[in-house]
Amino acid sequence: MIESLEGKRGVPRNRPPFPVTQGYLNKPTVVNNVETFALAARIAVYGGDGFAALGTKQSKGTKLLSISGDCLRPGIYEFPFGVSVREVLEACNAQDTQAVQISGAAGTCLSAKEFDRKIAFEDVATGGSVMIFNRQRDLLEVVRNFAHFFVHESCGFCTPCRVGTSLLKNLVEKVYTNHGTADDLKDMSYISQVLKTASHCGLGQTASNHIADTLKKFPEIYHKRLLVEANFEPAFDLDSALEDARQITGRKDEMAYL
Amino acid sequence: MQLEEQTITIDGQKIPFQSGQTIMDAALAAKIYIPHLCYHPEFKPHGSCRLCTVMVNGRYESACTMPSVAGQEILNNTKELNENRRALTQMLFVEGNHICPGCPKTGNCQLQAVAYYVGMLSSHYQHFYPYRDLDPSHPDYVVDFNRCILCELCVRASRDVDKKNIFAISGRGIKAHLIINSPSGKLEDTDFAVGDKAAFVCPVGAILRKRTRYTTPIGERLYDKQSIRIVGDSQQLHAGATKYGRK
Amino acid sequence: MAANKIRVATTSLAGCFGCHMSFLDIDERLLELLEHIEFDRTPLTDIKQCGPCDIGLIEGGVCNAENVHVLKEFRKNCKILIAMGACAFNGGVPALRNHYSLKDCLEESYLQGVGVVNPLIPNDPEIPLLLNKVHPIHEIVKIDYFLPGCPPSGDAIWTFLNELLAGQEISLPYQAIHYD
Repeated sequence: MIESLEGKRGVPRNRPPFPVTQGYLNKPTVVNNVETFALAARIAVYGGDGFAALGTKQSKGTKLLSISGDCLRPGIYEFPFGVSVREVLEACNAQDTQAVQISGAAGTCLSAKEFDRKIAFEDVATGGSVMIFNRQRDLLEVVRNFAHFFVHESCGFCTPCRVGTSLLKNLVEKVYTNHGTADDLKDMSYISQVLKTASHCGLGQTASNHIADTLKKFPEIYHKRLLVEANFEPAFDLDSALEDARQITGRKDEMAYL
Repeated sequence: MQLEEQTITIDGQKIPFQSGQTIMDAALAAKIYIPHLCYHPEFKPHGSCRLCTVMVNGRYESACTMPSVAGQEILNNTKELNENRRALTQMLFVEGNHICPGCPKTGNCQLQAVAYYVGMLSSHYQHFYPYRDLDPSHPDYVVDFNRCILCELCVRASRDVDKKNIFAISGRGIKAHLIINSPSGKLEDTDFAVGDKAAFVCPVGAILRKRTRYTTPIGERLYDKQSIRIVGDSQQLHAGATKYGRK
Repeated sequence: MAANKIRVATTSLAGCFGCHMSFLDIDERLLELLEHIEFDRTPLTDIKQCGPCDIGLIEGGVCNAENVHVLKEFRKNCKILIAMGACAFNGGVPALRNHYSLKDCLEESYLQGVGVVNPLIPNDPEIPLLLNKVHPIHEIVKIDYFLPGCPPSGDAIWTFLNELLAGQEISLPYQAIHYD
């Protein structure tokens, strides 16, 4: 954002130095979102005691949650920190929930087993996004959307995020179209880890969370689509790779197909 | 002057550093090799290739951008980190069109050398085979965009040293690519010249001097006999010379 | 045919046979190698179909339908499949055509090229149909080992096969691994 304000390409800066010491035009800069400023104003006006009385030990006060997806009452909710995922689901009247994606595409995917976890910095931290998916949803379709989203969101500055997000998207597509194998899942898992450990900024470091999380917590969404009999499947569709040549030569003989 | 020498520890080896030095600077001064492609000692560190990712006190950081702080415990030459680096070189290979046998930089190429160092025996992933151009318009240089790895050394050199701003990156994500700042997009329509710093910094075969190629026999090239860990970066080939090769 | 000999098959797909030439560069050691191995399908024996084998050596990338068939035949029959050389590794020099569309390549070669007489893009069913791009073999079948080089040297091939036959972990000296 600061790079953009300075009229440069929107790529993340190297940190340190952090914005608090060298931000906009290399001057100390405070970068916060609207919610933080609003809460700061509330504390300034009403004092900090009431605020600090809410929430948990490490996460004082309240959190705005933007709830969307499979529930009867989506919208913006304010909860004290420490609220459980289950309480949130009840408040918005979500039923038959399969998974909850906390903190957006780059966040954490929770399975039903984890609905007693608390929304707080000491457990499930969030920027505020809560996406609910019920059991009618095909979670791999969600993963696929996220994978495409990160290809689009990657700024292209660093190698793992620039290339890795595209590799992951291609592998997710391969599995989604019933061409994936166990080896492909291994690759997905490994690329996810490389993104997490080697990417330059928070986006790249979290761009594979949806894949790593679902591989671990919802392996069946992948496995039910795998080619069980094959331990390997080509990276692309061989026969359609002949289509250009068939068009150009007009051939329709047996050898012109794979 | 400080009484006590400040030190950091890399893979168990204590090395000194001076204030202001990054981990990479301190490591190079102590002759410890940390793989890198976008780092060049004469330029502000970029931290984009991520090859130099090391573990600093339990956290992953790029050695070229991370300041040395006394007492840092750094892991560099570990199996896990080198495997990550191998995956990164594989990503760079599948992202562009790196046909080594058809490239004049082969044998002197830093991408190759780093890939050798991390034991890359296959590109492993699916190749993107992007359609990219080649610009032979300039009388003395050819730019082959197929081989660009987006290290931005030419961008930095042209902007910061030559003050010409001839190169830039355009596009986002996987579509990010090197461009030439001229109305036609061609190098011949810029004031790029033989002595420019930007002509001497490309670690791969993307910016090449014409009529100077294939002058060193196979077996005598920079990385033919010894690893980049010992030989060092490829830019040394350009040190004021118009001809490849070294004694 | 000695029953205890290791059966080896080799082929060149979209390659130049340079890797096979390099294989022959192991020179008189070939005789020593033949103490331990016997050849199945390979250009050296002129056997046309690959039978059950222990080791398959593949030179070249995959540029056409026939390459796909041969590669799959090798994968089916060989316990261990080895990618040999720069073209098997990432398509190599034939993959330089990947910068252009297949249509442009064929039109340049057979219609608009300098000195072309009777301009016509060949369409005989006997000619293997081209894939729209040249691919490394690891994108088509599972590969167990890679030996890069354009070509890998005779010494590298010799060391590689010896260590593989001895059941050792393969470790080649620095100079033996190169992509060109």
